[in-house]
Amino acid sequence: MKQANADRLYCLDTGAERAGLHCGMAYADARAFCPDLQTRPADPAGDARFLRMLRRWATRYCPWVGLEGRDGLVLDITGAAHLFGGEAMLLSDMRQRLVRAGLAARIGLADTRGAAWALAHHGEGRTEPGQPLAALEHLPVAALRLSEEAVTGLTRLGLRRIGELERTARAPLTRRFGPELLLRLDQAMGRQPEQISPLAEPPHYGVRLTLPEPIGLFDDVMAGTGRLLDQLCARLKAQEAGARSLCLTLRRVDQEAQTVELRLARPLRDAARILPLFERGVREVDAGYGIDQMRLEATRVEPQPVRQLSHVSSGRADRLDDLISRIGTRIGLENIQRFLPVDSHIPERGFTIAAAAWSEPGGPWAPPRPRPILLFPPEPLTATGTRPPERFRWRRMSLSTARATGPERIAPEWWLPDENWRGGVRDYWHVETRQGRRLWLFHTPQNPGWFVQGEFA
Amino acid sequence: MSSLNASFPLRPGRVHEACGPLAVAMAAVAAAQVSGLLWLRESWRPELINPLGLADYFDPARLLLAQTRDQTDTLAVAEESLRDGALPLVVIELSAPLSLTAGRRLQLAAKDGKTTGLCLIPEGMGSNAAETRWHCAPVFDPSDSTLMRWEIIKNKSGTLGAWHVRWNRASRRLDLVSPAGKRPGPAGAPG
Repeated sequence: MKQANADRLYCLDTGAERAGLHCGMAYADARAFCPDLQTRPADPAGDARFLRMLRRWATRYCPWVGLEGRDGLVLDITGAAHLFGGEAMLLSDMRQRLVRAGLAARIGLADTRGAAWALAHHGEGRTEPGQPLAALEHLPVAALRLSEEAVTGLTRLGLRRIGELERTARAPLTRRFGPELLLRLDQAMGRQPEQISPLAEPPHYGVRLTLPEPIGLFDDVMAGTGRLLDQLCARLKAQEAGARSLCLTLRRVDQEAQTVELRLARPLRDAARILPLFERGVREVDAGYGIDQMRLEATRVEPQPVRQLSHVSSGRADRLDDLISRIGTRIGLENIQRFLPVDSHIPERGFTIAAAAWSEPGGPWAPPRPRPILLFPPEPLTATGTRPPERFRWRRMSLSTARATGPERIAPEWWLPDENWRGGVRDYWHVETRQGRRLWLFHTPQNPGWFVQGEFA
Repeated sequence: MSSLNASFPLRPGRVHEACGPLAVAMAAVAAAQVSGLLWLRESWRPELINPLGLADYFDPARLLLAQTRDQTDTLAVAEESLRDGALPLVVIELSAPLSLTAGRRLQLAAKDGKTTGLCLIPEGMGSNAAETRWHCAPVFDPSDSTLMRWEIIKNKSGTLGAWHVRWNRASRRLDLVSPAGKRPGPAGAPG
């Protein structure tokens, strides 16, 4: 783990701890202590993800499971222990399963959260109900979740064990260390309550429908989809979210599954508007011997807060979004695009093309000089000289120049490498031919040559 | 004598065709008169409309571009969007001639959606179902560099004609120009 410009140990296993290493130690020092140290870069995000998965697994013991710091779980097993045959059995079951999964865990079980934390971090074990002090007496004061200064201060006073702290007079301690210290002590002893807040389950946007008899007709499948959509949209509405992409899985009697994907131009939670968009995909489904299970899931969800309806609601914008979604089911949503202006003099970089579903119209458009309405990749001409040629052939037409306006010199943007601009600067000319065509020619003086790049109206 | 006004703001609810080197300019002029448009183009084509050039005609923010794989997709999308009616103008770049069925389907879709379709076709590949067909070409004029010649070469409900027109950038308006020594009006019309 890179921290403050130095490699430091982020977390280590019991073997390493026995060898005298500790968390936060510089990597170089650690290697000096322990030459055959094996390290891997830390991945806090991955660890957090794994911890969340583990939290979900832990709900098999009790419904109230929360996260504790960056490497712990806290379970409130009140009223759940007897299901596993008592606290001892629960602990051994949990330990066994964790070991089988290859995880080293330290588990403390106590009447209070504070006591359990102390046991888990400083020697494992379990307290007898109602007598937390018996188990905690010999633990260091650091086990009370105290700040660094408080622990140092207590050590200076000679109070090293929780038992010693418990027997000291309370008033002077409060005066010296503030209420925090005794609050922690009371929490561990059970004299002050402390809650466990379980982590909320992330909302799940999936619904399914199992049918007693297989169906195969288009109308039936659409009716089923409609029912699923109603449920899903109610759930989305409760969470103030809108679906951006949906996936409908149709399982057939012969265990084959077919999916219909739908991507929307705007987050939507209006069942009546989404349902017609499924028509095209559902029509292509091969029902085989019939479909007996349908599952609809919102695979991408975006927040969509509730909005005040007004009489000037954007009916036309909604229609346009629906049209984009519908076309998108055919040619792909990213192929419906809009132009956005870019501040660049390079003709082909004066704009970008962005998918309409993920962008807003931009502006203003202010070309510095008249620009052609058609652009194409440069087409070479056989001509020489720095002035536009009198006569030239282009696309098998022989054209003669009647009027040429220019040059407009455009230099390549050196900060962006571009294969097409290897020829160096370009002198652009607006050439009107006697035959009518008005072309955009350019000459590359550094690498002599003439090209046609566009056509004016 | 027919005037340009009888045929130019393209009749809504129908599909029209434009060919010639400046068919794109005609589409741009038509787009200047509506609130939004969809431009359909096959993604393999090298030419691309330039929004900086189109800004002389209309605000490119009103333009939606749909890039399709082939003409089948183009026609499907065109029919869908013409029928939907959310956008009043659909410009369709075609690379192959339309069959009568396809052309007729587009007409019906435009009629249902009360929208206008404009197909940009290669020269000589018109469809019989089109309401009007225009040929647009630039004309060289010593004093003017935006002069165009628009000619109706097919009209289902009107007469043919040819006009010299000019796009006025400042007022965003189409000006009719009488060529020197000729009258505006149907080509070759006497006196």
